[in-house]
Amino acid sequence: MTETITRPPAAGPGTSAAGVGTSADRPDGRPKVTGEFAYSSDLWLDGMVWGATLRSPHPRAFIESLDIGPALRVPGCHTVLTHADVPGRKVYGLELADQPVLAWDQVRYQGEPVALVAADHPETARRALAAIKVRYRVLEPLTDATAALAPGAPHVHDGGNVVRHVRIRHGDQAAQADVVVSGEYRVGMQDQAFLGPESGLAVPADDGGVDLFVATQWLHVDRAQVAASLDLPEEKVRITLAGVGGAFGAREDLSMQVHACLLALRTGKPVKMVYSREESFFGHVHRHPATMRYTHGATADGRLVYVHAGIVLDGGAYASSSTAVAANAATLSVGPYEVPNVRVDCHAVYTNNPPCGAMRGFGAVQACFAYEAQMDRLAARLGLDPVELRLRNAMHEGSVMPTGQVVDSAAPVAELLHLVSARPLPPAAGDDLRNLPGGVSNTTHGEGVVRGVGYGVGIKNVCFSEGFDDYSTARVRLQMADGEPAADVHTAAAEVGQGLVTLQSQIARTELGIEQVRIVPADTTVGSGGSSSASRQSYVTGGAVRAACAEIRTRLLDRGLALFPGRDGLSVSGATLVSADGGVLAGPAELLAEPVEVTVTWRHRPTHPLDPRTGQGDAHVQYAFAAHRAVVDVDTELGLVKVVELACAQDVGRAMNPRAVAGQIHGGSAQGLGLAVMEEIQVTDGKVRNPSFTDYLIPTILDMPPMRLDVLELADPHAPYGLRGVGEPPTISSTPAIVAAIRNATGLALARIPVRPEHITGTGLESGEWTRTA
Amino acid sequence: MRVNLRVNGRAVTADDVWEGESLLFVLRERLGLPGSKNACEQGECGSCTVYLDGSPVCACLVAAGQAEGRDVVTIEGLAGPGELDPVQQAFLETGAVQCGFCTPGLIVQAHSLLRETVDAGRPVPADTEIREALAGNLCRCTGYEHILEAVRLAAARKAAAVCGGAAAGREEA
Repeated sequence: MTETITRPPAAGPGTSAAGVGTSADRPDGRPKVTGEFAYSSDLWLDGMVWGATLRSPHPRAFIESLDIGPALRVPGCHTVLTHADVPGRKVYGLELADQPVLAWDQVRYQGEPVALVAADHPETARRALAAIKVRYRVLEPLTDATAALAPGAPHVHDGGNVVRHVRIRHGDQAAQADVVVSGEYRVGMQDQAFLGPESGLAVPADDGGVDLFVATQWLHVDRAQVAASLDLPEEKVRITLAGVGGAFGAREDLSMQVHACLLALRTGKPVKMVYSREESFFGHVHRHPATMRYTHGATADGRLVYVHAGIVLDGGAYASSSTAVAANAATLSVGPYEVPNVRVDCHAVYTNNPPCGAMRGFGAVQACFAYEAQMDRLAARLGLDPVELRLRNAMHEGSVMPTGQVVDSAAPVAELLHLVSARPLPPAAGDDLRNLPGGVSNTTHGEGVVRGVGYGVGIKNVCFSEGFDDYSTARVRLQMADGEPAADVHTAAAEVGQGLVTLQSQIARTELGIEQVRIVPADTTVGSGGSSSASRQSYVTGGAVRAACAEIRTRLLDRGLALFPGRDGLSVSGATLVSADGGVLAGPAELLAEPVEVTVTWRHRPTHPLDPRTGQGDAHVQYAFAAHRAVVDVDTELGLVKVVELACAQDVGRAMNPRAVAGQIHGGSAQGLGLAVMEEIQVTDGKVRNPSFTDYLIPTILDMPPMRLDVLELADPHAPYGLRGVGEPPTISSTPAIVAAIRNATGLALARIPVRPEHITGTGLESGEWTRTA
Repeated sequence: MRVNLRVNGRAVTADDVWEGESLLFVLRERLGLPGSKNACEQGECGSCTVYLDGSPVCACLVAAGQAEGRDVVTIEGLAGPGELDPVQQAFLETGAVQCGFCTPGLIVQAHSLLRETVDAGRPVPADTEIREALAGNLCRCTGYEHILEAVRLAAARKAAAVCGGAAAGREEA
């Protein structure tokens, strides 16, 4: 792997070898490689029982009767709960509380929870679930998102099927162009497919409350929802982050949290719940499928004049985060390009399909597939190189978004494109089967194999938007331990694999000038850290930890001033008081005779709502950009694709931990590859056909090609350390780059992802509509 | 039923095992060894990979009764107490661990590859060989680049140890 960091890491106030800008090791790395790290499914207590969930087999039905009697008589079954046993709010939700904790009169998607059991063994629980008698009156499900918008469509919820309509009217709505290209693009339903299943342990407490150990992305929003449904004050619901086996958005919504707590409070026993992989596919929201109609108008020399976009996002049965996903899809709908005139209508709608919500890239992924396909189509129409057309329209610092917001920090779109396109191309595959499409399946020795090259560049907002009060809390305590200063850093921000615990340690080392830092387990005894999503934790929790450390330095300086009243030019580094001429006036033992502890709540600069009529407003905090070049070999006879190489260039503002940055770019690119060529939850008549890793394919080590990275560090003056959120951008641009490469190899239009073999061979039922030659 | 087996060099007994339980369930829930992971429990992800009589297997696909009288080594037993195997060390150093849920299975599988190659006096595996060997282990976080780097590093270190410091041959990639 090649990584280019464009400048050496600069030293902060401290100069720790494991501080900011270094590839410090993960503090949780050792227990993770020895098997000792406790994930949420690893927890165990004496006397615990197993919880399990009965789910609806139907995507839309009325519940006519529910008989739990036979289940209660299963030996070893401790309790069975239904909606009647939910003492508090019977619904929950991130933005709109519209999702039943347990269904009562009707179910709106296949897999909706209907009843719970607790039993002495998972198999007993399974038998008890099977003994529950539910009589359903099955209804025709509403499964087409576009049809859901039509007048007269049946309503999934009272109040209609539109979760949100984001409308953008920017510039001259009647602008005319020399060249016009149009297309309709579709994105299938992608799953986050984290490896650690939804799971946790709920323990009833003596005070009538409950302690929950769970894998989640946002402890405090979980707590608010759990407490509301349990009808408990929030202080009686104490949540501790258990080890998280990946998240990618799928742990933003509740899964088993309320259920396990209900069972624990009813049985008086600790309750463990662990979803199977199949249940996991029903237990969390997915990426919104999208249908997107785009029209691009340009001048004869390839300058964009206007973009018109109509986007329909299938939100499925419940709202989840659809309103925010729709805002992203709309505000980022034209991509990282200067477009003077924009008209966008983006609808997120209810259907009886599986609920959709947050997944890495969050609305920007869908739009990017469409606008990048359009850019390639426009380039072909104009006879321009696809990179050249992008360069002519590339956004830069000072450019104006379709919302009217001015991009006020680095936007090196042209530079990123230059970097990936300047990389040498990989050599031809040769005759080793393992390097050919189909691999050792021995499907080709090179016959019918065609190489293609494609480009994609994307834009993502970082942090929460539209006026949301987005903050994080950090509690830092500095004290002497074993003769040297040591810090405890406590936040409620969720480490989900991304390396936030590493980053918090690095920041504390740099800011305090010390080496010993302990990350206190995340829980609700400290203020909210906000969500581990929107690529925001380095920015916001990183900002909070930095601010708390700065406050500690101030407190230590105050102590120093008390020791040396009236002395000018004092400073503190490494818990040592230093005079103006650099002499040590007081060491850590003296300054830290008493520990110092501060708690800081830190906010990024405010954002503003979008005007509901025009979609204008400074809605986003920061923009982030990545570009990919993909090289593919396509077996045109069998429709098999081998991605040969991915080159990615991304601006991260500041590489806080260069190795972790590279890991985010690799992993994000892999998820984009999955969406391009294999990953789709296939839903027919509202039912999921492939809820397993046998049938829902995610990239293996054979599917991922070598990657070449260029990491730019163009500081954002508004952000801590100048950093820019890293996690999402690479997921966004790898998909269109790979599909562009397949188009380049085959000449097919390929307007739907994931691209299936039959789309390439033209033999599939659906293929005609989506593969017409461009 | 009762199941007797050796785990990480120690004779152990699990009682009251339901016949439908997997070796993975017995390890995780009855023997206090949750290091082998439960990502899919259908043999697709490799996160539960353990050695069974010296061969890497998905513990989720082995019925508990099939482990009777056999020898199991899990991630917890790959190195001595307080020690790290070179594969574990390399995963740490290269950033091959993010969420870490795939890590135990990948480490056992990579350990097995190196045992069959470098440790057996064969050349250091080429990337194509590493990829084939790890193709049954899913990782959702890393995109596999740092995992490849970890296996290359562990292989090189093991080769250096095997050859007494002499450079080991490397097959053409």
